[in-house]
Amino acid sequence: MNSLEQALLEKVADLHTVPSGAYNIRKNGQLYDRGSTKEIEIRQKKNKSGIDIIVKKGVKNKSIHIPVIITVGGINDLVYNDFYIGDDSDVFIVAGCGIHNKTCHDSIHNGVHSFHIGKNAKVKYVERHIGEGDGSGGKILNPITNIYMKENSVMEIETTQLGGVSSTVRKTIATLGDGATLHVQENLLTEDSQTAKTHFKVNLTGKNSSVEVVSHSVAKGKSHQEFLSDIIGKNECFGHVECDGILLDEARIVSTPMIDAADSRASLVHEAAIGKIAGDELIKLMTLGLSESEAEDMIIKGFLLG
Amino acid sequence: MIEIKDLSYGINDDATEKEILKNVNLTLEDGKIYVITGPNGSGKSTLVKLIMGIIKPCAGRIIFDGKDITDLKINERANLGISYAFQQPVTFKGLKVRDLLDVASGKKNNFGQICELLSAVGLCAKDYVNRPLDNKLSGGELKRIELAMMLCRKSKVNIFDEPEAGIDLWSFEKLTNIFRSLKNSTNIIVSHQKKILEIADQVILLSDGEIVKTGSMSEILPLTKNRCRKLGGENE
Repeated sequence: MNSLEQALLEKVADLHTVPSGAYNIRKNGQLYDRGSTKEIEIRQKKNKSGIDIIVKKGVKNKSIHIPVIITVGGINDLVYNDFYIGDDSDVFIVAGCGIHNKTCHDSIHNGVHSFHIGKNAKVKYVERHIGEGDGSGGKILNPITNIYMKENSVMEIETTQLGGVSSTVRKTIATLGDGATLHVQENLLTEDSQTAKTHFKVNLTGKNSSVEVVSHSVAKGKSHQEFLSDIIGKNECFGHVECDGILLDEARIVSTPMIDAADSRASLVHEAAIGKIAGDELIKLMTLGLSESEAEDMIIKGFLLG
Repeated sequence: MIEIKDLSYGINDDATEKEILKNVNLTLEDGKIYVITGPNGSGKSTLVKLIMGIIKPCAGRIIFDGKDITDLKINERANLGISYAFQQPVTFKGLKVRDLLDVASGKKNNFGQICELLSAVGLCAKDYVNRPLDNKLSGGELKRIELAMMLCRKSKVNIFDEPEAGIDLWSFEKLTNIFRSLKNSTNIIVSHQKKILEIADQVILLSDGEIVKTGSMSEILPLTKNRCRKLGGENE
């Protein structure tokens, strides 16, 4: 890998050297490097592009890194990655994609991830999207995340995209069994004429299943964001969606909440707030000596990364 | 020293001009505690917001240590040495107590330094340093953190807008001790509370946007009894 590729890999997955756990590094539509462990096996799919990641039962405190980097233009990559997380295991997964495109041709990555999470298993999933390079070609990322959660499993998702990606359509579809808990934190920044669409569909089918989706987004320039959440409560369950958006310049954010209590015991809440940075927050930081633009930067940074 | 010269402020209320402050003249000397008091709507908070630059006057000038600051921005006044503690502390989504204390003190504080700053307002640092400064904190906690931010700036002028409001869990005595400890600064406190008035070098009584009288607490209190039937509520 050259220095640009290494730098991109570091930004996507915090990787400086080969990771200690299982890993699969994909570069420009091809496998770059892969490593399995005794407890976590990563193997190539036979009938289509992508990998199966198999975590054995009871594996605790292990990590899996599966970053993707693209440094050429005119690529349209599609992968299917399936995670089979064994019962009672506890793993940390770092994924994400970095595109550096200095050409006039679009670079596209479509990642379809499916999580099959076993009973009592715990997964923390961190996904970062990065777009850079001054070419006019698009940096386009379209992730689809399918999640199937068995009894009392827990999944925590943290997705971050802080500018640079010209277009993204991100879909997350989850089905939760009895006692399963899903927590999603989405941090999103768009600028210039970028567009971002996020769609969460969560089926709360299990008794005492619960989901919390928190979206913090900042739209600058003439960028456009759409947030759609669709939570269906089909049992005694709890769902909470919070969508907070900060608007700057001429940007636009559309938030569409849908909560469907298909069972009378379901408790579902949706909160949404979109607007400019609160004037009193700017004033407070200015009384501490920051200029208006420094105050704005600090508020946005705290909002997205706090 | 702050000199306020012929300061006026008004708002448009239903297309009619309403005067909030009328030709206020005042000299606030170094190293003294001034308490501004008066009934609701008398212009107390308006006056201190004008000094900080949060709102702009219709007429008049504000001079700070010989420099005309009337047209300066809030942060420019802050960097000259004026600090302001809000009546209703501002909350943020994502910023932590540590972040705000670092900005306020203009440096990255280590845990020991944060501990010192927070213990001065009766808070234990380990419980607060990494907590978001959001509305999950109680009114009293927010108010004390607001005070800590003010104290670490070590400014020449400290403005406190109703510092006692919501501080019930703490003691008044500790609050007044803090004001007494700031004897090298000019302290301007908006308050209704007798215990705060007691520590003032000078009390300034405002009513209907005008200064009625400045003097000691014993001179001012009899006047407030006749004039301030609304005394004790929140500021305008």
